[in-house]
Amino acid sequence: MRSTNETAAKDRSNIPPKSEAVAPQVIGPQGVANEATAPEATASAAPRWQELGLSKNDLREMYYNLLIARTLDERIWLLNRQGKTAFVISCAGQEATQVGFAKALQVGHDIVFPYYRSLALTLAMGMTPTEVMLHQLSKAEDPSSGGRQMPSHFGLARLNMVSVSSPVATQLTQAAGSGYASKVKGDDKVTYTFVGDGGTSKGDFHEALNFASIHSLPVVFVVENNGYAISVPVTKQMHIKNIADRAVAYGMPGVVVDGNDLLEVYRVAREATERARRGEGPTLVEAKTYRYRPHSSSDDDRAYRTKEEVDEWRHKDPISRFERYLEEQGLITKEAEQSVRTRAKQAVDEAQRYAEAAPNPTPDTIMRYVYAEEGQQ
Amino acid sequence: MPVKTVLEAVREALFEEMRRDENVFVLGEDVGQRGGVFRATEGLQKEFGELRVLDTPLAESAIAGVAIGAAVRGMRPVAEFQFADFIHPAVEQIIDEAARFRYRSNNAFSCPVVFRAPYGGGVQGGMYHSQSVEAMFAMWPGLKVVTPSFPYDYKGLLKAAIRDNDPVVFLEHKKTYNFPSIKQEIPAGDYIVPLGKANVVKEGTKLSVFAYGMMLHQSLQAARTLEAEGTSVEVVDLRTLRPLDKETILNSVRKTGRAMIVHEANLFGGFGGEIAAIIAEEAFEWLDAPVRRVAGPDVPGMPFALPLEEEFMPNPAKIAQAMRQLAAY
Repeated sequence: MRSTNETAAKDRSNIPPKSEAVAPQVIGPQGVANEATAPEATASAAPRWQELGLSKNDLREMYYNLLIARTLDERIWLLNRQGKTAFVISCAGQEATQVGFAKALQVGHDIVFPYYRSLALTLAMGMTPTEVMLHQLSKAEDPSSGGRQMPSHFGLARLNMVSVSSPVATQLTQAAGSGYASKVKGDDKVTYTFVGDGGTSKGDFHEALNFASIHSLPVVFVVENNGYAISVPVTKQMHIKNIADRAVAYGMPGVVVDGNDLLEVYRVAREATERARRGEGPTLVEAKTYRYRPHSSSDDDRAYRTKEEVDEWRHKDPISRFERYLEEQGLITKEAEQSVRTRAKQAVDEAQRYAEAAPNPTPDTIMRYVYAEEGQQ
Repeated sequence: MPVKTVLEAVREALFEEMRRDENVFVLGEDVGQRGGVFRATEGLQKEFGELRVLDTPLAESAIAGVAIGAAVRGMRPVAEFQFADFIHPAVEQIIDEAARFRYRSNNAFSCPVVFRAPYGGGVQGGMYHSQSVEAMFAMWPGLKVVTPSFPYDYKGLLKAAIRDNDPVVFLEHKKTYNFPSIKQEIPAGDYIVPLGKANVVKEGTKLSVFAYGMMLHQSLQAARTLEAEGTSVEVVDLRTLRPLDKETILNSVRKTGRAMIVHEANLFGGFGGEIAAIIAEEAFEWLDAPVRRVAGPDVPGMPFALPLEEEFMPNPAKIAQAMRQLAAY
């Protein structure tokens, strides 16, 4: 394998990756790139999912999580077109990265600082479609914000999923602070934080990784590199091929993973988690993926990318890919797939029905919770 | 009771709160081994160790962000910014994040961080070691902003700030840290001064002066001069700018009929404008004269050269002159 520096020097125009599969690589603190052990490359006869310690039930659950996220995402766009919700920010195309990480973390024990594209992560962690829809439609029962924030600004205390804001990358130093709290308290919680490629340009990215590494904090930094910061392609955001290469500068491992390969994401997520849990410090993971939709419902992506490019990525769809894998492994039939799709659609129908009927926040609540109220923490 | 400086009062509050609650920890540049460039955290690391008295990299956004992330996890961080002038990279974290955590999550999350910063001039700190940043923070709901003047209040208010369940910007006027005449007897051991309460430090009848920090002391001195000249001046130490003790302000104006605000931050957009507006809206009928503001000039920063710095700073002579004019209106 080429060293990452050579890679960067030879080719800095290869982002977003078009057709070439992304080779997983692990970059050690000294900048030495090592070949990652891809399960297919081993001589073992056991299938990859078994090697990863996953059960058939796990695979079914992960498949459902991919589908529920996509189904809900598409429904939200539909509601937007119908004028029922003012704003959409979508995760379509990035589901495998998020579902892979959700599977590797201990929900309710570990801490998650997500970002506004974390719909699939949120669902896979256990926020229900109804809760998401209440948030999307800004209802009083919206558990993330009571209708105060734009949609996709997730947060759910019971899942240790910390409230999201709109400025990018602010969550990264906060995640480092959460990791520091674990160190002071001496607990074994791992903190995960998610950010787009765009967010890595901010100083917070540097400050957070640097801080986390100095103190060997149990933090996993996940960059979902979907190729664009709204309209600006990564080639105009940075002069390197892999964001993960920056890990070298912080003395932590940097891992590039094909973000559309669910099992590979899970493997990488689990390794980063185990490293953090063992007290060995943070990891930077870069998942190469793609968003199918414009940045948000206020954006028009035709201004900066071609339909051909989007179509090309749709052919590498993470959900179809996992479906094919399950079929090849004889773990699912077309019929069973259809039944999972139906189940997802029913859950979304029910979520929409409930949320549409739910009451809006009442104007007299606007002054609540500026500060702690009497007797509250 | 022992006599303490402002700096000693701050340090004593930190020691006592860290002993009281193991979740309290201090972070910032040079706060550990060096004990802070102003020595506010001196001795803390020796007693509480490196984990709880943390020297950070020179990265203000991270100091704030790390504090916020730790607070979300139940810690009680006290983040020191070496000079208020250098807090600006952290403003996004303080305003967009800390101030909104509770509101934006509909009360699901809170962010009990104390952001400490020495502010103010008159120490030949030039334009990047002299700024007064209180108005910028006081304008944001969700934050509390504390600007004590006396050692007793520094200790009691800092302890209250650390125990508060919301983020507090705690501003310490650096000229008062070791100012000999600002020493005060303060009780050893635990006491609290509640946030949001102003204090009438000198009663008077002819006019009311509202101030905080070093300007409170300068105003007091000017008031004594006026007193000797036969004009009775009431001096109110605001202590907390947010939540603001409107009641004490309005009661004082209703008594004297004349109001003056003194701060060293520049006039335009300064906190004095807010007080003037409150008085105009809620005590207009009691006013015998227009509200008067004494403040720093509208220049981008406090110049370094002594004659220029002196020109910038309101002082007892300038304040006394303004008082005479207001009293004579």
